[in-house]
Amino acid sequence: MANKERTPFENPVVEWVDSRLPVFTLMQKEYGVFPTPKNFNYFWNFGAIAMFMLITMIVTGIVLAMHYTANTELAFDSVERIMREVNGGWLIRYIHMNGASFFFIAVYIHIFRGMYYGSYKAPREILWMLGVLIFLLMMGTAFIGYVLPWGQMSLWGATVITNLFSAIPFVGDGIRTLLWGGFSVDNPTLTRFFALHYLLPFVIFAVVFLHVWALHVTGSNNPLGIDTKGPQDTLPFHPYYTIKDTFGLLVFVLIYALFIFFMPNALGHPDNYIPANPMVTPAHIVPEWYFLPFYAMLRAITFDIGIPFTDIVFINAKLGGVIVMFGSILLWFVLPWLDTHPIRSARFRPLFKIFLLILVADFIFLGYVGMQTADAKLFGVVPLIYLGQAATAYYLAYFLVILPWLSKNEKGRELPASINEAVLAKNK
Amino acid sequence: MRKSLLTLMVLAASVSSAGLAQTAMAATGEVHLEEQEWGFDDFFTGTYDRAALQRGYKVYREVCAACHSMKRIAFRHLADFGYSEAQIKNIASEYSIEDGPNEDGDMFDRSGRPSDYFPSPYPNENAAKAANGVAPPDLSLIIKARHDGANYVYGLLAGYEEPPEGKELAVGQYWNKVMPGHVIAMAAPLSDGMIAYEDETPETVDQYSRDIVEFLAWAAEPEMERRKRWGINVLIFLAAFAGLMYCVKKKIWKPVY
Ligand code: HEC
Ligand code: HEM
Repeated sequence: MANKERTPFENPVVEWVDSRLPVFTLMQKEYGVFPTPKNFNYFWNFGAIAMFMLITMIVTGIVLAMHYTANTELAFDSVERIMREVNGGWLIRYIHMNGASFFFIAVYIHIFRGMYYGSYKAPREILWMLGVLIFLLMMGTAFIGYVLPWGQMSLWGATVITNLFSAIPFVGDGIRTLLWGGFSVDNPTLTRFFALHYLLPFVIFAVVFLHVWALHVTGSNNPLGIDTKGPQDTLPFHPYYTIKDTFGLLVFVLIYALFIFFMPNALGHPDNYIPANPMVTPAHIVPEWYFLPFYAMLRAITFDIGIPFTDIVFINAKLGGVIVMFGSILLWFVLPWLDTHPIRSARFRPLFKIFLLILVADFIFLGYVGMQTADAKLFGVVPLIYLGQAATAYYLAYFLVILPWLSKNEKGRELPASINEAVLAKNK
Repeated sequence: MRKSLLTLMVLAASVSSAGLAQTAMAATGEVHLEEQEWGFDDFFTGTYDRAALQRGYKVYREVCAACHSMKRIAFRHLADFGYSEAQIKNIASEYSIEDGPNEDGDMFDRSGRPSDYFPSPYPNENAAKAANGVAPPDLSLIIKARHDGANYVYGLLAGYEEPPEGKELAVGQYWNKVMPGHVIAMAAPLSDGMIAYEDETPETVDQYSRDIVEFLAWAAEPEMERRKRWGINVLIFLAAFAGLMYCVKKKIWKPVY
């Protein structure tokens, strides 16, 4: 289709290829001259950073897979062999291990950017929903990956999480058995998890492709949240944003390298350097840090839901926790329809901005609750479980009550006439 | 405004992570460990003390190896201590290693080679358990497998006390203030003067503990020195490259603003 409007290239080799398969025209159109709002701030770097992290994970993962053995008797030893005997193996593993964390850091910031500047609103709903799908796939991939080294946290984390599925009525036990491939987390679990851990990143890659495709249909949002109105509002992607993305990526990688080389295990749990042992339960099972807020929401539901003062229970506490945990992310899918306010950017919605920043603090606090034992107390007095429940309530209320209410009642500030005007006004 | 938002987030994140570190300790019920000075702990330039490694290996060999395996360490790895190839050959040959089966299908003992891994004191986990009540863990990774591993193991070796009044210990149980739960199935393994050092280094429990921890830290992270050395170069390169890209970015964007 692009064939018709193709402008010929000067280089004969490029032209020969392009007239048969217009990849150069495509790159030129989508990454060369692609019109991009000229007022991005550094929050707009994290998409490119997430892409870099995905590729890093795939490349290091494939090298790890060349040396890894998916067998409960050998997995732990094979990872230690990578650390000690394979040339540069420790580097590959630490890049992959910390890469999962930094991938999540990038994606969490990327999601926050979307929420703060209203990037999920029309016409970018599908773009946003594909992003949520990527996040879910990432969570699955990372959870499964953490099982592979077959340390104590691998085994017991997997046991806790797979057991959650049994809470689902009717099919739950079946799903759990399917995940396990037996009657507990064991060798069949490890082999299927390895197969899936190899597969899922490529599924993510495919969804990322769709995500970027959708982006190039609607164009980027920007910190003002107003549409571009013409060439005076935009810049060609290259060289302006290629150079800005390069700089931002390097700063990110600098911090990433600080972890890889100087504190590679700071984000992990020491128990995972103890080989898995089904006979010994660790004192305190905690998931990786990026799951902690959701883990706190899971554990916040400590009560059955039914008809008060009777024995009738519709949803027991375990199922309630599972619903809240998965629901807390599924809510993101319908975010464009929960927040229908016409203004996108929080810059022009003072109330929305306050509630969103409280949500960020709330989410970080949930992460803190998630890493404590169930009976922990704040400052030795306030049972943390109540605070976790309050924080969970705020999280749910933000999406289900506050956003719909604000959509109707927040007036918002006056929007600038165009991106260009706002930029000129600021530079005066 | 954008700045204030960023500052807010960074602040929130750092405050909460400081809190996290604190409560993580409280959660596991560990006692407060005394911070020791370790040369290998230095953030950017940590190195192992070769002499301490050699002494620590001696402590392991003469004491801990009676109960604890270190099956991830091979004699050839001892090159990191500054031993020559001949010295390593010599050390390995002092060990007897079970090999086989030979052509007749029998297992046989031979003297060790540099490529052999440290032999384990017990043929299997059950034998280790039967002899000690609890199987002594393999020590190759012990420093990485405990919170604040170096200070923990150091504290553990010096942490033996009389059990508090009214606390009855079973046979083969000992009281240790650092062990989670305080009851441990390992008797205090070290005592003053039990290992003869070849030089003037004091032959005290404290010195033995420092040396064995140095050795165990190396065993857990033999790549640490190289990792940090490479790390410095990588950081310098990235910082310079980022700085350069920043200047290019400024230049390209100049006409826009
Ligand atoms: C007589 C046998 C014996 C000797 C010698 C011995 N240990 Fe142990 N060690 C044990 C046993 C048994 C355990 C398991 C204790 C338990 O879990 O209650 C243990 C556990 C340990 C632990 C793990 C504690 C924990 O946090 O779980 C460390 C560290 C340790 N020993 C270090 C050493 C060092 C260092 C030496 C040499 C200086 C040494 N041991 C010598 C028998 C021994
Ligand atoms: C979306 C991208 C990916 C994520 C988020 C991810 C995440 C993880 C995590 C958290 C671990 C555990 C780290 C540890 O403690 O060792 C892990 C291990 C592993 N991953 Fe991945 N991974 C990704 C892609 C891949 C790919 C594409 C492959 C290979 C095809 C792969 C192969 C492995 C192997 C072999 C291990 C076990 C070795 C080890 O534990 O170091 N990963 N992964």
